[in-house]
Amino acid sequence: MNHWIIAPVVLPAMLAAILTLSMRHHPGLQRVFSVAGCVVLVAIALGLTVQAAGGAIGVYELGNWPAPFGIVLVLDRLSATMVLLTAALALVLLLYAIGTGWDQRGYNFHALWQFQLMGICGAFLTGDAFNLFVFFEVLLIASYGLMIHAGGARRLKAGVQYVIYNLLGSTLFLFALGTLYAVTGTLNMADLAVRAAEMPVENSALLRVGAMLLFLVFAIKAALLPLHFWLPNTYAEAPAPVAALFAVMTKIGAYAILRFYTLIFGPDLDATANLIDKLLLYGALLTLAAGMIGVLGARRLGRLAAFAAIGSMGTLLIAVAGFTPQSTAAALYYTIHSTLGGALLFVVVDLVRERRGALAGALMPGPRMAQHGMVAALWFGAAIAVAGLPPLSGFVGKLLILDATRDTADVWLIWGAVLATSLVAVLGFAQAGSTVFWKPDGSEAAEASAPHPALPLVAAFGLLAGIVALSVFAGPVMGYLEATAAQLHAPAAYIAAVLGQG
Amino acid sequence: MELLMASAIGLLTAAGLYLVLRLRTFPVIVGLSLLTYAVNLFLFISGRLVVDAPPILRKGVETYTDPLPQALVLTAIVISFGMTAVVVMLALGSYLSSRSDDVTLAPVDESREGEA
Repeated sequence: MNHWIIAPVVLPAMLAAILTLSMRHHPGLQRVFSVAGCVVLVAIALGLTVQAAGGAIGVYELGNWPAPFGIVLVLDRLSATMVLLTAALALVLLLYAIGTGWDQRGYNFHALWQFQLMGICGAFLTGDAFNLFVFFEVLLIASYGLMIHAGGARRLKAGVQYVIYNLLGSTLFLFALGTLYAVTGTLNMADLAVRAAEMPVENSALLRVGAMLLFLVFAIKAALLPLHFWLPNTYAEAPAPVAALFAVMTKIGAYAILRFYTLIFGPDLDATANLIDKLLLYGALLTLAAGMIGVLGARRLGRLAAFAAIGSMGTLLIAVAGFTPQSTAAALYYTIHSTLGGALLFVVVDLVRERRGALAGALMPGPRMAQHGMVAALWFGAAIAVAGLPPLSGFVGKLLILDATRDTADVWLIWGAVLATSLVAVLGFAQAGSTVFWKPDGSEAAEASAPHPALPLVAAFGLLAGIVALSVFAGPVMGYLEATAAQLHAPAAYIAAVLGQG
Repeated sequence: MELLMASAIGLLTAAGLYLVLRLRTFPVIVGLSLLTYAVNLFLFISGRLVVDAPPILRKGVETYTDPLPQALVLTAIVISFGMTAVVVMLALGSYLSSRSDDVTLAPVDESREGEA
């Protein structure tokens, strides 16, 4: 048995405990260990990705209990990719948090950060539905702490809303799991797939209820309209590095939808066929429209970035809703892109807010900032990426999605929505950018403002470099993601690997 | 027994949902607790209702109840307990810092956004 599979869960968990227990009063040590932990996590994730790239599915049986009885962690191409994406993003954002001093504006930032990583990696790796719930709770409870890091009345209030909304989501998740267990008698995902396929169609009403409840839970996570209300306030009020890390949290919802509705409630399963794909598609179109209109209408940079995140989730879910290998590959490419792009946008917004003093994120002309040109260039890059203009990966991603939906019945609706909202997004970003960067009101920025360290800019350019690399190496990346999608749409190998050919 | 369980879960859920839709944090938290009670009961009976039967293997016992939901519900209880504690602390912090226990976020005072 390959013990490395559990390393992305165990490493942050142990590290977080050490950070809290023995380094509480040593911020310097905390930073060193936290960064080292993230570097090691990236290395482990790279190793796992190389291992999964061959197409073999790794299974880790916790406590050595065989599959339907014990909990398993499963490493396939999809989970390896997502863990690698999370680890890389976390490392860059941690550097940003340290560079800007965000981590010292409250207590226990690094420990919470590690717990957050533990939850996210665990959610991507687990092969058990109830264990997925547990990892959701781990990442949520860490995110509650991170969300209100550094405090402030508005942030706390937004935090309360966020927590309440997610507690309701968790309750719904438990109802869904209870229903599924009552119908099938198992919660192992591979075993669920076998039992669901064996179930006679006429007896499967409760199975459909369970599938639908699960879909709602994941839709809340993925901020699908009309379940997106938690997102704008949370993302706009959260500390910048945290909001940027949250860019990967919405992807967990998309990941879970992909996983459950290819593995368990796949397109071939009669009982749940066509249950969610239309719903998901139209929800995603609305999400896209609402997000991009929000970008155009936002009056503050924080909310603009939050609505951009909603819009990109819409685009992503349109691709997910196709449930064909081609559209899934496009969705995965767009997942990587929109995680990096969304994170970059939040980081740039924070750079602007730090430099504008009292004006902060309000979309009003202000004084010239320190490093005006550099920040403006970063904004330009982020806007191009998120709006989906050439030459960056947003354009490639949207092209792939348009191509993948060419043969569907709703092709004109999808193309129209994607293209029209791209235009709206371009307008929104251009308007915001020109207000902030091109219309200085003539006054000079207050010289008293603190010096601006280089590390945050390094982190921001690191994210931009990731997006550029994703655009330049789009061919090889797509080759890998097509193999991932093919593996996802042939669940027999996954089931055989988990249940031991049984 | 079935009727009793089903109506108890239904009532708890209904009351919980009603309270969650209130605008003040305290009723919302009470509503969340009611909802978690409801879901714990629901999980508990998802292995079917069996009366007077042990969940663990024992000599001379013929009928058993499903042990897995009991383990699941323990996990769920622990998690919901922790989450309730978190939300109470958060709500208290929010009340103390803004002097209002309203759940809604007031429209932004434009100039103060992003203040750390």
